Amino acid sequence: MAIYPEIKTHRLKEHLSEEVVRIRGLKKSFGSNKVLDGFDLSLYRSENLVVLGKSGSGKSVLIKCIIGLLEADEGEIHVLGHSIPELDHEELDQIRVKLGFLFQSNALYDSMTVRENLEFPLRRHWIVVTQDQVDQMVREALENVGLGHTLDMMPIELSGGMRKRIALARTLILRPEIILYDEPTTGLDPITAGEINELMVSIRERYKTSSLIISHDMKCVRETADRVVILIDGKCYAEDSYDGLSRSKDKKIRDFFE
Amino acid sequence: MTTVIREYDLLQQINQGKGTDLIKIIKLNIPLKVRPFLEEAGGLAGFTGKFFAEGFRPRYEFQEFIRQCFIIGYKSLPLVGLTGFIMGLVLTMQLRPNLVQYGLESALPGMVGIAIVREIGPVITALIFAGKIGSSIGAELGSMKVTEQIDAMEVSGTNPFKYLVFTRVLATTLMLPILVILSDAISLYGSYIGINIRGATSFGFYWDEVFRNLTFGDVMPAFVKTYFFGFAIGLVGCHKGYHSNKGTEGVGRSANSAVVLSSILVFLIDLISVQITDLMGLN
Repeated sequence: MAIYPEIKTHRLKEHLSEEVVRIRGLKKSFGSNKVLDGFDLSLYRSENLVVLGKSGSGKSVLIKCIIGLLEADEGEIHVLGHSIPELDHEELDQIRVKLGFLFQSNALYDSMTVRENLEFPLRRHWIVVTQDQVDQMVREALENVGLGHTLDMMPIELSGGMRKRIALARTLILRPEIILYDEPTTGLDPITAGEINELMVSIRERYKTSSLIISHDMKCVRETADRVVILIDGKCYAEDSYDGLSRSKDKKIRDFFE
Repeated sequence: MTTVIREYDLLQQINQGKGTDLIKIIKLNIPLKVRPFLEEAGGLAGFTGKFFAEGFRPRYEFQEFIRQCFIIGYKSLPLVGLTGFIMGLVLTMQLRPNLVQYGLESALPGMVGIAIVREIGPVITALIFAGKIGSSIGAELGSMKVTEQIDAMEVSGTNPFKYLVFTRVLATTLMLPILVILSDAISLYGSYIGINIRGATSFGFYWDEVFRNLTFGDVMPAFVKTYFFGFAIGLVGCHKGYHSNKGTEGVGRSANSAVVLSSILVFLIDLISVQITDLMGLN
């Protein structure tokens, strides 16, 4: 059961009507190591929700369970009204088109150019049929992240920040309804991290996407979060706005802000 | 004695009602040194099963398959050709003095032809192929695995097994026999040059002698086994890369073990094929 120590939970639910991700009682263990132990979470349409937790607390496991890369041991995971554990492979693929996933390591395909990296998801789903349409969508996605000139470059030729932006452009190209960000600013310098934070906020405003951001970078949390969930011991320990949590006197929560 | 005690313990555990998780109990009672081998064999068998279960169902990755055929087949040609040429030349130069001693110099084209077509051509080409392609597949898929590229493919709604594994295994299976045919031809040409370094044999006579000595029983089994060599090399490379872990160190280990295991499998398949052709009376 989640504990909400002395925090008057600032629920934004009243302002946000539709629940796009609903997780209840999620459990996941690796051997004897319990990573998630009855985790609950709700993500509403058009909100940026940050899951804050220490390294190794199970944040990445959580989003991998949401997108079906890992199988949960127990619990409910509903995405856009579909129960993820009950879907077969084809149904899961259809849902995944509506989900974007930005990997911590960017996961750009090394053997492909930037253009091919962006074309890959488009061609897989036959969303566009003509080369002109493909070119237009690729150019637009790259311009959104300010990297229109990198079209024919290989990922190895790009800096860490540029690779992150290209990965974001690839995530956006299918116009997902929900974007899952796995440690989006880890390993980036403060200036580039700030630019990525700005991009995440602007994407939400422009495309009305719902975002679940996994992070332990407090600057990223402050700049991007509408709501913050703190993950401790595999459970939702606290849930509030950034300001609400920052005023907490609870030791475990204060540790994140000091 | 140890085995008897183990069996007794196992029976005791099952009788005590612990037999519900029989697989776990059996696993615990397998000697530690044997476990990795059995796990490897089981993993490879499961991977092979998945290949046949998933690969032949739509959607087919035809474009990627063609691309892999180009990379695996065409780009291996220079290496396979060079080694084939040297192999034929050296084999001839080493055999020649002994045959000359017994006055059997004229048997040289036939002997070299049979040796190359039946055994040396397929096996040496397969070993070189395992070194070049097996390791590159192992390293490529391994690095894709540790940098989450395979996961990225999966979340973009693409079946990575079909896209990465099926296409590569099919390409190695179909390309190796073609490479072996070319390598055999180049080897025989190398052998022709080897003969003419010290002697004088006409081009027509040499090829007449080679083909006169070759029979269906020499060519067909050698050709058929190369499909199995190619399949084993592709499958092992993909299996090792696809299940790579432990970061960059794991990538190196995947590439290395892909070469070692696929080379061993080439010899095992060769051994089995010899037994089969022997039973069929083709030897």
